[in-house]
Amino acid sequence: MKPEKALIFEMSRPGRVAYSLPECDVPEIDAASVIPSELLRGKPAELPEVYEVDVIRHYTELSRRNFGVDNGFYPLGSCTMKYNPKINEDVARFAGFAKIHPYQPEESIQGALELLYTLQNDLAALTGMDQVTLQPAAGAHGEWTGLMLIRAYHESRGEHRMKVIVPDSSHGTNPASATVAGFETVTIKSNERGMVDLDALRAAVGSDTAALMLTNPSTLGLFEEQIVEIAKIVHDAGGLLYYDGANSNAIMGIARPGDMGFDVVHLNLHKTMSTPHGGGGPGAGPVGVKSKLTPFLPKPIVSRREDGTYYWDTDRPQSIGRVKAFYGNFGILVRAYTYIRTYGPDGLRRVSECAVLNANYMMHRLAPYYEVAYPGVCKHEFVLSGKRLKAYGVRTLDVAKRLLDFGYHPPTIYFPLNVEESIMIEPTETESKDTLDAFIDTMIRIAKEAETDPQLVLNAPYSTVVKRLDETTAARKPVLNCTCG
Amino acid sequence: MIKHRYLPMTEQDETEMLKAVGVNSVEELFVDIPQSVRYEGIMPMSGALNEPALLKHMRQLSDRNADFDRYTSFMGAGIYDHHIPVVINHVISRSEFYTAYTPYQPEISQGELQAIFEFQSYVCELTGMKVANASMYDGATALAEAAALASAATKRKRVVVSRTVHPEAREILLTSARGLGLEVVEVGYVNGITDLAELEAAITDDTAAVLVQTPNFFGCLEDIRPIEKLIHASKGLLVMSVNPLSLGLLESPGELGADVVVGDAQPLGIPASLGGPTCGFFAVSEPLMRRIPGRIVGQTVDSEGKRGFVLTLQAREQHIRREKATSNICSNQALLALCASVYMSTLGKEGIREAALLNLRKSHYASGRVEGSNAFSLSFTAPFFNEFVVKLPAGAEAGSMNAKLLKAGYIGGYDLGVAYPELAGHLLVAVTERRTKEEIEGFFREMEACL
Amino acid sequence: MSEVREHLVYSEEHEWAETVEGQVVRVGITDYAQSQLGDIVFVELPELGASVLAGDSMGSIESVKTVSELYSPVSGKVLKVNGDLIDQPELLNGEPYEGGWIAEVEVEGSVEEALGKLLSATKYQTLIE
Repeated sequence: MKPEKALIFEMSRPGRVAYSLPECDVPEIDAASVIPSELLRGKPAELPEVYEVDVIRHYTELSRRNFGVDNGFYPLGSCTMKYNPKINEDVARFAGFAKIHPYQPEESIQGALELLYTLQNDLAALTGMDQVTLQPAAGAHGEWTGLMLIRAYHESRGEHRMKVIVPDSSHGTNPASATVAGFETVTIKSNERGMVDLDALRAAVGSDTAALMLTNPSTLGLFEEQIVEIAKIVHDAGGLLYYDGANSNAIMGIARPGDMGFDVVHLNLHKTMSTPHGGGGPGAGPVGVKSKLTPFLPKPIVSRREDGTYYWDTDRPQSIGRVKAFYGNFGILVRAYTYIRTYGPDGLRRVSECAVLNANYMMHRLAPYYEVAYPGVCKHEFVLSGKRLKAYGVRTLDVAKRLLDFGYHPPTIYFPLNVEESIMIEPTETESKDTLDAFIDTMIRIAKEAETDPQLVLNAPYSTVVKRLDETTAARKPVLNCTCG
Repeated sequence: MIKHRYLPMTEQDETEMLKAVGVNSVEELFVDIPQSVRYEGIMPMSGALNEPALLKHMRQLSDRNADFDRYTSFMGAGIYDHHIPVVINHVISRSEFYTAYTPYQPEISQGELQAIFEFQSYVCELTGMKVANASMYDGATALAEAAALASAATKRKRVVVSRTVHPEAREILLTSARGLGLEVVEVGYVNGITDLAELEAAITDDTAAVLVQTPNFFGCLEDIRPIEKLIHASKGLLVMSVNPLSLGLLESPGELGADVVVGDAQPLGIPASLGGPTCGFFAVSEPLMRRIPGRIVGQTVDSEGKRGFVLTLQAREQHIRREKATSNICSNQALLALCASVYMSTLGKEGIREAALLNLRKSHYASGRVEGSNAFSLSFTAPFFNEFVVKLPAGAEAGSMNAKLLKAGYIGGYDLGVAYPELAGHLLVAVTERRTKEEIEGFFREMEACL
Repeated sequence: MSEVREHLVYSEEHEWAETVEGQVVRVGITDYAQSQLGDIVFVELPELGASVLAGDSMGSIESVKTVSELYSPVSGKVLKVNGDLIDQPELLNGEPYEGGWIAEVEVEGSVEEALGKLLSATKYQTLIE
């Protein structure tokens, strides 16, 4: 086992430097000569003093204690951990993308504006919507933006609709976004097949319904077969349909939210469009809308003049305003655009087909060992239950920890909440049959271990740099930074 | 069958897998999607390019942008052209970092978790605050979250914000205040800093917080001490938005009595990238620890007593609290927080001060150049850090000045008339440590020539 | 098997109550509630002096992976809170009926009537089975 890794602060030795700054070629004035002394720092910030080799070795060692898609299979359900193409990374680092200022004159960023304009249109085509804003920085940010658009739409019609309906299988961000957008959340139960219960929906809608938020395919990996009926119920009540695009990887080019009746949609470019998750961010959560909602989009959007030049369109009097500084996570948008252009529309459709075939294949092979929560065809992901293993004292958490010893990132566990001991698996299209087979064999092996030698599973992991961590003490007596200063 | 370098499925694989599933075609896997909503055409979007053609296309788009390598930038206003130590790109290019998800499985995510723990430590050290989170989308959205926190903590619905706060941050604040039902009151400025008399009049017993930025949008340093007294006297919170690099020299917000400190870490080694992605930071005093939005990493021990790190205080977050959550933020800007951490590791105790001092000295050299000019003058006399406001002579228009400067190879200042009508004909000029004396001289000569 | 104490009364939201003296009622969460929550890491205590209504939220209890509202079993004014829980939330797991008490509420009106609306130990036992 590896020893504890020192914090960078613990490596500090006074007098060492790792920086090389420009020389001072102007008069070396004292700070106190231009800034009142009471505004100057009383004691210096105690940042570590290390040299460049320390910096590189420290972060290289930290990276070795981390697991990414490039390290191995990462079947984390609802997170779409597909391969992050290297060309995206190279391109985003071009000086003409990385070293430009948001307030530069428009004529000096025509290439960037063309890229944004094209991406707006490409995402509109992909989702079947009329107009797209690229500002939101993440999925949850997109949800909130979309809900603020819905609010503005209803208000513009003089209607007071303050309830947002979400199914019980929804992501936690859905109700949270509704709350911060000022709505009240109404949660409706799924039916025994994991679908929206139409009777519950009919009972929930009314003159106060602002919208229904739906992930389709759902977090259970199931396509809402009654989507047309659902849309009708919500629209008849005067509400709008919000599409949480977290699971778009299942249906690109096969079915578009706009054609299903959705009015607002967000996409997670860090899922469907292959931009890297970065260890927790940055992402991007563009929002597409039908034409009746376009006047309310955040400003600016990118428009094209007849002469072929592009500009920031800020003249949008009904806009909900701004949701993010500048124009969104441009560096991520560059990667997403690059990704789209490696596939084109036919290729993206094939991406979804492969993602869905991979998921169905895994589900069928694992079904004899782990109960499938909702049998039938799945889309890009599926949910198993680990409850059979409870008889041996082994829980889903233990299965997940045992997977670490075989070099896999575990699936999503304990979500969705409506499946007991849930294990949610999303293979994505970029994994080969060989990889899937090896993972499946490991899952079967662990199920057998649980039956024959449960302690082996309960004590896992064995091969990681730390063993299971005490989360209770972490939360009871929080130590949230090192007080090295 | 489409062959693609990211898709491993061969015809044989497909046949075998379909057989295992018990269907005859991929199409059968989509039977659950009603025909009426199926898309039958080819989506009208950009087509596929092979790798060399795509590289060429992207290079062409990139070349149509005036970048800091080819143009000399005096533009700031929230995004700055600072030197980015070369080690940063090497660290964030480690794919163990950038291809990982959120560290939900701590045993195989100790690297990211420790990196975030160190980021939180850095933010606390710079700001003088007790608790920092794992980061936010950007400084502007962090400010709006701070207003939400203040409202929840004080159970008050009114926030007072200075007009010297970044105009886009105020726009976002207004958008989010509408969602939360908060009242936002703006107060004006005198000589480039918040008008204290107007501020005093705006603070009421139901004011949740005062939101100020220092150095503010005009580059000027706010006089925080009287503001702190005013808001704390009415039991509201002091929210400060700061430039983290300036804290190499300037008094820490913790010492000045701030309750919440936010800002954007872009000056700490993050590329400008048309304004995003950057990284917001968020720090609070101890009593507000359990109200901080977003992810937090905590130190703990494993079952054998070894130090380790986990995501903690999760009961605050949306995935547990759902509709009762006070923030819907889910992700953080982990990779950009890593940039900032590597930057601070590289600069260290001496370097952060030296970098701040270089900014101060070069910008003051530049402001001296303005003072000595017959054509231009400084708009404000309040102390500033690395940015100041230049008044153009009557009749000169900032937009056309910038267009001319561009032709001469400069990215000029920010046209303040866009966000402050009363400041039409004023340019906000930023001078970072990257600018040389020669570039500064050349810039102002060119500005004079543009008249 | 969770402990249910004979001399206490209970709410359907798994709080217990008992008279301390006069109008003052002490409240906490039941052994069953703490076992369902798991390791409790933080308690958001009611505000001193606050008026609370029976059935309304007056605070919250956090475990590592969940958060649960704390509902007041009676109406009245919060007289005292158990400050020990700030540093030792684990008291709620270890001794929910003793050191893990949460607050004392001065009941408005008749105490008997207020407590009479709650469940007896026998009825609560049935509820959790």
